Amino acid sequence: MQNDPVIEIKQLQKNFVLKEHGKKQQIKAIRGVDLIVGPGQIFGFLGPNGAGKSTTQKILSTLMRPSGGEVKILGYDLIKQPNKIRQNVGFVSQTGGANLALSGTENLVLQAQLFGIDTPTAKHLAAKVSQRFQMLNYINRPTSTYSGGQKRRLDIALGMIHHPQLLLLDEPTTGLDPQSRAYLWIEIQKLKTEGVTILLTTQYMDEADKLCDTLAIIDHGKIITQGTPDELKRSVGGDTIVFSFPSQTIAHQAKELLNEHVVLERLNITDRSVYLTLKDGERALPDLLRLLDGSELTVQSVTLARPSLDDVFLKYTGRSLRDDESEKQ
Amino acid sequence: MKLLHDTYLMFSANMRHILKSPLFIFINMFQPLMYLILYMPLLGGLGSVPGFTEGNTANVFIPGLLVMQAIFGCAFVGFALIDEIRSGVIQRYLVTPVSRSAIILGKVLRDVVILLAQCILITLAALPFGLTLNAVGFGLSLGLYVLIGAIMACISYAFALIYKVEDSLAPTMNTLTLPLSLLSGIFLPLALAPLWLQYLAKINPFSYGVNAARDLFVGNFQSSNIPIGFLIIGVMAIIVFYWCLYSLKKMAN
Repeated sequence: MQNDPVIEIKQLQKNFVLKEHGKKQQIKAIRGVDLIVGPGQIFGFLGPNGAGKSTTQKILSTLMRPSGGEVKILGYDLIKQPNKIRQNVGFVSQTGGANLALSGTENLVLQAQLFGIDTPTAKHLAAKVSQRFQMLNYINRPTSTYSGGQKRRLDIALGMIHHPQLLLLDEPTTGLDPQSRAYLWIEIQKLKTEGVTILLTTQYMDEADKLCDTLAIIDHGKIITQGTPDELKRSVGGDTIVFSFPSQTIAHQAKELLNEHVVLERLNITDRSVYLTLKDGERALPDLLRLLDGSELTVQSVTLARPSLDDVFLKYTGRSLRDDESEKQ
Repeated sequence: MKLLHDTYLMFSANMRHILKSPLFIFINMFQPLMYLILYMPLLGGLGSVPGFTEGNTANVFIPGLLVMQAIFGCAFVGFALIDEIRSGVIQRYLVTPVSRSAIILGKVLRDVVILLAQCILITLAALPFGLTLNAVGFGLSLGLYVLIGAIMACISYAFALIYKVEDSLAPTMNTLTLPLSLLSGIFLPLALAPLWLQYLAKINPFSYGVNAARDLFVGNFQSSNIPIGFLIIGVMAIIVFYWCLYSLKKMAN
């Protein structure tokens, strides 16, 4: 029982029909996602905008109906038992969904009541969760007066007030200041230690790296790869060392030399810099410097980089997550 | 039971929202009050035309005015819903086990409670203008305004759920309200109209509501207009409610 999967997805598909200039166009937002998420972990969807992260979450929350495939959450069938799922799942969408005209407390009490909780208990839960998220100073003010960070805390409080076993968080920290992000990270980790399974989406690599036990990289409506952040980074291969030289000629000479003498996974050259990927770059670096020095090839600068999740993304999609972000701006 | 409980929850949340800015209830009454003060006196000279009782234009005009309040007062409630869709409030409700009907009923109930208050206030304001109403009939006629208001609210909410943007909702509701009100004889009885216009009005369910309301106002309880009016308006209310419910369930897809 205890190790039964919380989420089981088989061949999930979602198509949208978009009308543009009077023409109907079908968009395949999710193209065959298979996924199993076990209990008590933070599972992350990492991917660029429009990859299908939010759509998958909306389907898991019962808000949106899938076009195809099978979904079971906590053993309940998504199509046949949506209310069983709603009772045991919390969903915090990107926009949150607090009623801006009401106070935080009014929002929280109503939210608990919507799950069939009686009024005195609902009030008790609202007070408890306000304290937990350190919102007591402002919780009785109209929600419209909250700052971004305050509002996001309330959003998450609304999503978990009924003690769900699974909490879906759609980009929980997007647009927040560093302090609020750090605070929410701690709260999300605390929820996990209380036994809540968390599925979150993010476009931030640091967030995915820091928070998630398991990650799925999702792009164009498909899961490209999944594993722990460390596994994924190891799958990219070794570390990357970049040598910069005073001229292109020297750079080319250095490239030849390195290619001859060192076992490398990858070797690239751009302009006056040589990029090499190899295992255990830290230990190899002094030897490499001695080798270059011995051939009187002057090195101007050196950088050593451990593989990041961006490298993982680059390896599996051929694109950089950062490129996607800058394209948007 | 769950439906009643959930409807009460949604209704009281919506009412709390309104009671924080009750001025809105009165601002919304400006239009009918203007008609009462600046337009109805013009009708005094029409005393001898068919459909008007000699010397008592108020008894004909006020029921029409209340139907107008029901139509125009509830036609634009969808704007607030679009706001709630955009800020994710409705989506948040939809992922709880709350009854979907209750989400709509809670809103429509709030709208008709406001409408009821407005109808009573307008009628009180009309008393000095020579209105001689039958109290029982007036009480029953409130049921008609409530149903007409509920119809308009459901239509407005359904379009809000379909469009999700204000730009499309405003022209749609404007296009609907004008023919619906003009073809129901709210300002002048349709007995004055040429035949083609009278036939056109027969397609408009609201014209039956106005006829029924006029008979109720003067206590003409034997008139067949009354059950016919309630039946047609009631059936229409049920149809648009289910359409609205369907639009809510389809909203996120």
